[in-house]
Amino acid sequence: MAEVQLPEAPSRARVNEFAIKLANVNGTGSASTNNLLMQTIFRMGVPVSGKNLFPSNIQGLPTWYEVRVSQSGHTARTASFDLMVAMNGQTYQQDIGEVASGGYLVYDDSWPLDSEMRRPDITFLGAPLAQLCAQRFGTVKERILMKNVATAGLVAALLALPVDELSKQLVAAYSRRPQLLEDNQAALQLGYQYALENFPCPLPFHVEQMGAPDGRILIDGNTAVALGAVYAGATVGAWYPITPATSVMENFIRLCAQYRRHPGPDGREVNDYLILQAEDELAALGIVVGASWAGARAFTSTSGPGLSLMQELLGLAYYTEVPAVLVDVQRAGPSTGMPTRVQQADLLSAAFASHGDTRHILLFPSDPRECFLHTVKAFDLAERFQTPVLVMSDLDIGMNDWEVPELTWDDSYRPDRGRLLSPEELERLERFWRYGDPDPEWTTPRAVPGETPRAGHLVRGSGHDLRAVYTERPDEYQEVVDRLLRKHRAAAQHLPPPVVEMHEGAPFGVITMGSCDLAVREALEQLPGPAPSYLRVTGYPFPAAVAEFVAAHPHCYVVEQNRDGQLRSLLLIETGFGGERLRPVLSYGGLPITASFIRDRILEQESPK
Amino acid sequence: MTSIAKPQIPLLPLERNQLGLTIRDYAGSMSTLCAGCGHDSVTAAIQEALWGLSIPPYQVAKLSGIGCSSKTPQYFDSEAVGFNSVHGRMAAVASGAAAANRDLVVVGVSGDGDSLSIGLGNLAHAIRRNVRMLYVIANNGVYGLTKGQFSASADIGSRSRKGEPNLMPPVDPMLLGLSLGATFLARGFSGDKAQLVPILRAGLSHGGFALVDVISPCVQFNDHEGSTKSFRYVREHELQDIDADIIPVRGQIHSEQTPGSVTEVELHDGSRVLFRAVPEGYDPRDRVRVGSYLVESARRGEIATGLLYLDETTPDMHQLSATTQDRLWDLPFERLCPGSTELARFQARLR
Repeated sequence: MAEVQLPEAPSRARVNEFAIKLANVNGTGSASTNNLLMQTIFRMGVPVSGKNLFPSNIQGLPTWYEVRVSQSGHTARTASFDLMVAMNGQTYQQDIGEVASGGYLVYDDSWPLDSEMRRPDITFLGAPLAQLCAQRFGTVKERILMKNVATAGLVAALLALPVDELSKQLVAAYSRRPQLLEDNQAALQLGYQYALENFPCPLPFHVEQMGAPDGRILIDGNTAVALGAVYAGATVGAWYPITPATSVMENFIRLCAQYRRHPGPDGREVNDYLILQAEDELAALGIVVGASWAGARAFTSTSGPGLSLMQELLGLAYYTEVPAVLVDVQRAGPSTGMPTRVQQADLLSAAFASHGDTRHILLFPSDPRECFLHTVKAFDLAERFQTPVLVMSDLDIGMNDWEVPELTWDDSYRPDRGRLLSPEELERLERFWRYGDPDPEWTTPRAVPGETPRAGHLVRGSGHDLRAVYTERPDEYQEVVDRLLRKHRAAAQHLPPPVVEMHEGAPFGVITMGSCDLAVREALEQLPGPAPSYLRVTGYPFPAAVAEFVAAHPHCYVVEQNRDGQLRSLLLIETGFGGERLRPVLSYGGLPITASFIRDRILEQESPK
Repeated sequence: MTSIAKPQIPLLPLERNQLGLTIRDYAGSMSTLCAGCGHDSVTAAIQEALWGLSIPPYQVAKLSGIGCSSKTPQYFDSEAVGFNSVHGRMAAVASGAAAANRDLVVVGVSGDGDSLSIGLGNLAHAIRRNVRMLYVIANNGVYGLTKGQFSASADIGSRSRKGEPNLMPPVDPMLLGLSLGATFLARGFSGDKAQLVPILRAGLSHGGFALVDVISPCVQFNDHEGSTKSFRYVREHELQDIDADIIPVRGQIHSEQTPGSVTEVELHDGSRVLFRAVPEGYDPRDRVRVGSYLVESARRGEIATGLLYLDETTPDMHQLSATTQDRLWDLPFERLCPGSTELARFQARLR
């Protein structure tokens, strides 16, 4: 029954260095297969990444999962696949086209494959999974679900994954549902045995144990953000559901229920937190601003369209100097754009969110570990500088599982509440002027409502003087907004430091941010000649090191995931360097950037033909 | 709260509340609204209500949106910390403040444009959340600061100063609130402080979202012949059907009730509200009948004032969320952060 074609191109024997892609229909339970494979490879100690390319749809549209295995640690997305598991007839044509020459394609030969689709340079492996599942399982639903697990078994055999490990994971997942566990185990074996008997297992590229993944975890950025918010002591969360940010607050809800619930005086459970699902993003940020004004650590999570709606309130928080933390899990815009595809295209609208002269503090985490660290940092910065702080995550970081070093926590950490004055401190003050008496970093004393008669004042989004009183006088107005600019600049040195790797004699520099990091590093290794220098900006406002880096190189490539070169524009605005000094390398199709793309764009410009 | 400078020394000894404070201790800066503006009377009534309940002035959190009415938090209780936020978002900002600190006495002042046009969504959902706060709409049916456009509460047929009639139906915050499950609905008239102050006191004592619609004529843009929010129109069409007064448990402060058809309701803080229901058997807790009463009086072109609806049984935002009785904003950090050991344990399943 198996149909094995002899490859015309030589297969590549590469252990622990390859990529596979699984093509499926969404809503059929394929996610469990993906996780099973990813987890198993991770536990074999081999660096691995998984990218879920899913449609903005609940059931019936194509979905893919890409797994890259790289013992050299190159786990950015790649567009070249050694094995394609093509389980979606709708996308055969496209999927066959994406297999690297010499690679393999697994398909369900319960139905014949159109011979016109065949490629001579890849190996087609047909397995009658639908038929096998139909014989073994009763209902249609079972057959569909179990086919996914059978696929996992099949791939396990092809890649030399220990089937016992997959089996163990099924036990962990379904220990409370014996019938389901039995079905899953049977399906796993069905695929595994079929492959062993009919295919040339293992394939030339496969996985070999590299030791335990010591000190590494597999986590998505949205979970890490939520964890950061819990650890930073956030007590109020407000949100409106939006892909791909939804799981930030869903995780915060789950984690708060786990860590912040305790028996109250009457024995009933009470919560040390309050999370409001708001009516829209305006209200979500409004609630955050109100809660922060009243002293709580509060945050919201959103994506592009929500960020657009929050602009006015961001301006309010900026001008009234109220802390606010906003996590923007960026997706492809403009407008609704592609909600399930990635971009880094909110940069400028976030940096200068709202009308009038505004500028905000931004943080650019590059992986889930930094999502955790930057979220904690965001609360400290927001309170210290009494202003909104935006954590600029993206869909790739937020929704995919990344392998990162285990998170650690310093138990001596205490929140930096900035110049939030206690009633006793207020009593000792000669005078309380909300926007007067700045410290060396241009922040002014702050008081929350309800504490002391000494602090009476009314903050306002309208023009105000040092006492927060309404003004239309040019000098009084300017005194406040000039200080806001100085305060914003002063924040630069408190942001996570940029990652700078200078190389003597570097022909040029490469600048990037956020989730481009891995792909850029991989591309740099592939470039011939002397090593370029590398700069990863980690936040805005930029510290002096950023302008120094640009100045130190004849030119720099600015690698980012948007059409308009938004990071480049921000660098131009802040450093004065532009034109030929800063050359854009832009990936904005919605799929995570790859090393080969970056390498090729740089090579094109470095060696023009 | 007045448009003219106030004398520094009172001519008569002022009455003191249980904190030993006079009404002046609840004053704010001088009003910059037009002379005769209904909103200044609303401000004065809020001031009197806070004083009458002996609420420490600094325990109040004053909030507003944008518009003439939203300027008024500046004009009362200058010991309080306040927030003049953005247009239409006060209900959301106030929800956040109430979430962070459940001990605050949250007072929001808004207008009909701020609450019923641009901020309708945020108002509606603050009502649904039953945030514990006093939410006052100083309702004049017109945009004052931009000089006289109709607002969403302008009545059909009401004429602007230039004479154009409004053709769209008004949003009635009382009927709206009723349909959203509001727990406290009252309407007053800025020209009738004797009724308004008790309403506001009841609202301040309510255990949830107290929505008070105050018809507050705009002397510049909506007080002319043909307007249905003019002083004259309201005086002629007001139905003082349901009087309310609050009697705090500490003792009777103010009561001019004549016993008659009186309904007594206990508020969450133990104080009681009395209603004198002029239509025989008016029960402010009967949602269905309150609804039909409001629709009928509106159809007759009459403005029903008084405490119109009350529900003291529905849980407020904090009860709905099972929040701790402690204030969230200054909970000890040790209670909030699970620590390094727990972080390691959490990650065991991610390895």
